[in-house]
Amino acid sequence: MTEFFTTLIDPSITFLRYALIAGLLASVAFGVIGSYVVVKRITYMAGAIAHCVLGGIGAALFFSQRYGLGWLTPMTGAVIAALAAAIIIGLVSIHAQEREDSVISALWVSGMAAGIMFMAKTPGYIDPMSYLFGNILMISLQDLWVILALDICVVTLGILFYNKMLAVCFDEEFARLRGVHTKFYFLLLLCLTALTIVLMIRIVGIVLVIALFSLPAAVAGHYSSRLWQMMAISTLLSMFYVVAGLAVSYGPNLPSGATIVMIAGISYLLTMAGKMLRRKHN
Amino acid sequence: MSSATLTPVNLNPLTDTVTEPILTFDNVSFAFDSMEVLSDVSFTAQPHESICVVGPNGGGKSTLVKLILGLLEPGRGTITVLGTDPVRARPKIGYMPQYLHHDQRFPVSVLDVARMGRLSGHLLGFYSRKDKQITMTALDEMGVADLAKRPFGALSGGQRQRVLIARALACKPELLLLDEPTANVDPAVENQFLEILHDLAAKITVITVTHDLGFVSQLVDRVICVNRYVKIHPTSEITGEIIQDMYGGDLKMVRHDHCCSEQGHAHD
Repeated sequence: MTEFFTTLIDPSITFLRYALIAGLLASVAFGVIGSYVVVKRITYMAGAIAHCVLGGIGAALFFSQRYGLGWLTPMTGAVIAALAAAIIIGLVSIHAQEREDSVISALWVSGMAAGIMFMAKTPGYIDPMSYLFGNILMISLQDLWVILALDICVVTLGILFYNKMLAVCFDEEFARLRGVHTKFYFLLLLCLTALTIVLMIRIVGIVLVIALFSLPAAVAGHYSSRLWQMMAISTLLSMFYVVAGLAVSYGPNLPSGATIVMIAGISYLLTMAGKMLRRKHN
Repeated sequence: MSSATLTPVNLNPLTDTVTEPILTFDNVSFAFDSMEVLSDVSFTAQPHESICVVGPNGGGKSTLVKLILGLLEPGRGTITVLGTDPVRARPKIGYMPQYLHHDQRFPVSVLDVARMGRLSGHLLGFYSRKDKQITMTALDEMGVADLAKRPFGALSGGQRQRVLIARALACKPELLLLDEPTANVDPAVENQFLEILHDLAAKITVITVTHDLGFVSQLVDRVICVNRYVKIHPTSEITGEIIQDMYGGDLKMVRHDHCCSEQGHAHD
């Protein structure tokens, strides 16, 4: 643990500081958007969007190598793929409700498959594992700026439309009858979800990112009676998981994304167990 | 075709004698695929009337409500709500849904829920102080103002129902549409509901949908029976027999020949 702190303040080693800053920044978006996703019960849609991101990353790697497109970074590919997946899933969900889950799983797997195929055909060695499960060594200063910009954008929109989003999550039909453009807000929520996912991909990866959507909000749900409280508590929890995960994983050289998620999972189980014990006592 | 709405134009809105109906169904039919749910339904509702819609499950009550709200479009016929088409009339309708498919643990306070009645189509929806005031008045009217800060999920069925009516009232509606307001309420609370609805009907038009036969009482002015066809009765004519007939009970006293009696205005 002391090794973690000495490395953190070592001016010659930047990656751990970057990872920590990125994680803390992303936690705010995860707290706000994750709470919406959990109360609206669309974590499976978030899962599909996250997996589609691999397709975007793979395509970005492939095309940037092949055609020398310097601007097409994996991060850009991830943002484009995530937004595209969010809009497709949203439109399918609005217009063809009965086939929703089939379409979502089709996107889920084909997004991943496309990513793996693109990566295989990209010259040079690419480790899909670092995208699937995160790799804090890969965070650059440029990534940090992108994360900061996306974070500000997502959190601002999430807070600005709080009342509308709350109504859409709670009772969509009533909101529509009040003249709220519920389809627009639903699509907006999915797009914000997509951008939030991109924020954490470097740290916890595509596969594990859903854990940071659902677990902090699920724990926070036990201690909050209003949505904004849930957002605040899950932001703090998410920050705690990131710091604790990085600190615990650093010394024994454990994969940091997996450690963060494992700590979140344990804290969720403890909350549930505590709740059950309390119920038994009463 | 259906866009050609024929509304009676009231040139002098100040005269009491010519009041525009709140709600007009003109030969409305509706079918899900090939199954007709409502056939040739025509009726009108006047301002400050208290109307009860009854009928068996699957008889078309919910369809009728959805048509009034513009959530469904009629296959044939025209519906006029508050002088315009249902979708445009929405801001002036206060609606309490029958089921709320919500998670018991949804983190939302009573005030949060009731305040949704103040929502509008504006892009940025922050609630003003006036919105809060209107919401609190509505909660007060339903006798649940002291619960405003409580989590909505922690309320009893009856309290929740009151909050949802308060939410509908917070819309400042001209027409209050209540779908099964006594669905989750025990009989003692039900009587309180009847009184509340009676008081409300003095101020605005109230349409209550119910499968609850006890609800059809002297408290409402008119009863609309829905079982694919619609029959209308002034309450004075409503007897247990009619209702039982509607529901396929033992008694077979058919009184539906009263339909659209003196109150059934024929426009144009």
